[in-house]
Amino acid sequence: MTDASLSGPDSTPLPQGKTSLLAQDSRTKRRNAAEKRFRFYGMAAVGVGVLFLVVLLVAIVRNGTPAFTQTFIELPVQLSQEKLDPDQTGDPEVIKKTSTFGYNGMIDQALLDLMAAHGLDSPFDKGADLRKMISASVPAQVRDYAIAHPDQIGQTVVFKVLASSRVDGYEKGRVTREALARDKNLDAEHLDLVDQMRDAGILKRSFNLDFILGTDASESRPEQAGIGASMVGSFFMMLVVLFLSLPIGVAASIYLEEFAPKNWITDVIEVNISNLAAVPSIVFGILGLAVFIQFAELPQSAPLVGGLVLTLMTLPTIIISTRASLKAVPPSIRDAALGVGASKMQSVFHHVLPLAMPGILTGTILGLAQALGETAPLLLIGMVGYIASNFPDGIAAGFLDPNSAMPAQIYEWAKRADPAYYERAWGGIIILLVFLLTMNFIAIILRRRFERRW
Amino acid sequence: MSFMKLTASALAVAAVSATAASARDQIQVAGSSTVLPYASIVAEAFGENFDFPTPVVESGGSSAGLKRFCEGVGENTIDIANASRAIREKEIKACADNGVTDIIQVRIGYDGIVFASQLDGPAYTAFEPADIYNALAPKVVVDGELVDNPYTKWSEFNADLPDSEILAFIPGTKHGTREVFEEKVLAAGCEATGALEAMTASGMSEDDAEDACIAVRTDGKSVDIDGDYTETLARIDSNANAIGVFGLAFYENNTDALKVATMSGVEPTTETIAAGDYPVSRPLYFYIKKAHLGVIPGLKDYAEFFVSDDIAGPSGPLSNYGLVSDPELADTQSMVADEKTMGSNM
Repeated sequence: MTDASLSGPDSTPLPQGKTSLLAQDSRTKRRNAAEKRFRFYGMAAVGVGVLFLVVLLVAIVRNGTPAFTQTFIELPVQLSQEKLDPDQTGDPEVIKKTSTFGYNGMIDQALLDLMAAHGLDSPFDKGADLRKMISASVPAQVRDYAIAHPDQIGQTVVFKVLASSRVDGYEKGRVTREALARDKNLDAEHLDLVDQMRDAGILKRSFNLDFILGTDASESRPEQAGIGASMVGSFFMMLVVLFLSLPIGVAASIYLEEFAPKNWITDVIEVNISNLAAVPSIVFGILGLAVFIQFAELPQSAPLVGGLVLTLMTLPTIIISTRASLKAVPPSIRDAALGVGASKMQSVFHHVLPLAMPGILTGTILGLAQALGETAPLLLIGMVGYIASNFPDGIAAGFLDPNSAMPAQIYEWAKRADPAYYERAWGGIIILLVFLLTMNFIAIILRRRFERRW
Repeated sequence: MSFMKLTASALAVAAVSATAASARDQIQVAGSSTVLPYASIVAEAFGENFDFPTPVVESGGSSAGLKRFCEGVGENTIDIANASRAIREKEIKACADNGVTDIIQVRIGYDGIVFASQLDGPAYTAFEPADIYNALAPKVVVDGELVDNPYTKWSEFNADLPDSEILAFIPGTKHGTREVFEEKVLAAGCEATGALEAMTASGMSEDDAEDACIAVRTDGKSVDIDGDYTETLARIDSNANAIGVFGLAFYENNTDALKVATMSGVEPTTETIAAGDYPVSRPLYFYIKKAHLGVIPGLKDYAEFFVSDDIAGPSGPLSNYGLVSDPELADTQSMVADEKTMGSNM
């Protein structure tokens, strides 16, 4: 519309003789200025986008990286013979009779001995006060070891135990002495002791593989929590989504695009597929609860059900992108195939489909990525909560045993009271992003392989 | 066609899984998000000490949990519902309609509800139920007259409170905590300020007056939080003038960001709540389907483990986390051991 506004009385074209190719007239200047402005707007838009991305990435990396390291203490514990196995049977069943609570005395003594052995100036003379510095997971760690190694009972074993979340927070700069003044979980004196232990070399912060491979932990021990089990849950859900939505989606789109007659029925189906792609995901969650759990009586919290729900959500995305890439194959290819005597089906499967494959794969991976990040439908089928605390044993259990998914686990962590879980939630986001990048990378490789030129 | 094969095998897998879905060996728990931390601690310790898999604990609220609990008996229904309030008559009836008749009610301890604000914010250090009522009720008594709430600052009705804008984040109606807040704070404040008397004097029936007592003003000074305490904390973080309602355990985990106010002069701690001095507390429960005992492996062991002295006692992990231990825990233990259902108790 700028051109129209220029045609006022002022901008009547100059007489022929006065224009020059070297000097710009005012109209050209204005057009060039408009173009410059537009370029600037474009660059500004891209710049704002990049800025947001950078801020987001910096926030994620800065908040999330501490979750990958954890503070450990080297603690020698004497596995008391008279407490665990007084008759020296060496039978794991006998050792199992002592519950984790029975190990507290042994651990208290071990902590007191540790302070004495390194000559640390400890203001606490009760082991129970020192125990506030280590994770509540330690008794279970020692007990599991004792059951697995009955021959070690009576010996002193060095355990690499987790420090409690407050001590870990102090090492990471999250917890200060002032903040502890009103905290009943830990006192400032503990932190003085932590400083001494660090100097003595028995308290170290190191990379924590259990955050990536471990299982979820309860609210009272964030230091022990890991995302591994829910990663397995996500993986099994993605398997279900891939193996159901890809064949169904591709078959449906090939039929609709290549074989189906064009009439009002196919029009209605087409409109409905487009609409389904825009349905909020929580609706699929309610549908899944009603159909798969209440009607079909599939187990609750199972990745199989999660995968089925996400399949419903992903199908429209895959169908739409597959149809678009089928449409993009030039009709000359079909005509040539039919011309040399191929049947309709041969022309589709031998010529059209391979050419459309890169587009189909991109659409599928996009759909899967969307499904991977989905939390809302999982809320309704029982996959959010304290769930991912067991690793499934075996393939069938992977589909059927209760498990969570990565986004659901992150959501759950963000809700928990202890601030240490907040850090874990950010760490979980990093892992989720790496998972997504891996999937996109696989998509790129597959595309390269299938890409054909004509 | 390889696609056909893939589809066929995928369908076969789905079919096989569907038939294999008949046996369940985990205990399934759902319900109150207030009880969830405690239940997760117990579930974790249970998995460590017994040969059963760690139970699955979902959250979602007391009402949602009890609704799922009452869906019926069978392996695709939950075994235990956590609740931060007692089960209602209506829910017992809904349960009975679906065949869930024998319910064991287990009280695990008490939870305190605290009023906290930003650490560096205005000095909200001491409240009375009457203060909260005056700040949040839609109708209050001014000079003996019942009028629409005119107050915008705390100091306008109590000179001891800070001269700052009224803003409170209270639990939404789907939370069990809301009921306690209404009963122990708003209703108590309604009576203390004389609003209840004024309402009955103006010709309201007693029931209507009680309902009117627990209403909150709708002009934006009182905000319902339907999410969890983390959401309330985030709101408090960005509003220096606001007060929020939290569970005691949540406050004790976030003392670096929050300061707590006393209620009727008593500071909320596990001790004052156990002694009954701190007025705003409520019992926490879980409900077991008796029909599932013996069918779901480890269900009774879990229930007994939950209320054992090691776990729910005064020095157990639950008490360390912020649960106020039940002085009558021994009765609860024997009740669980005898599998006494609710009907036989009454």
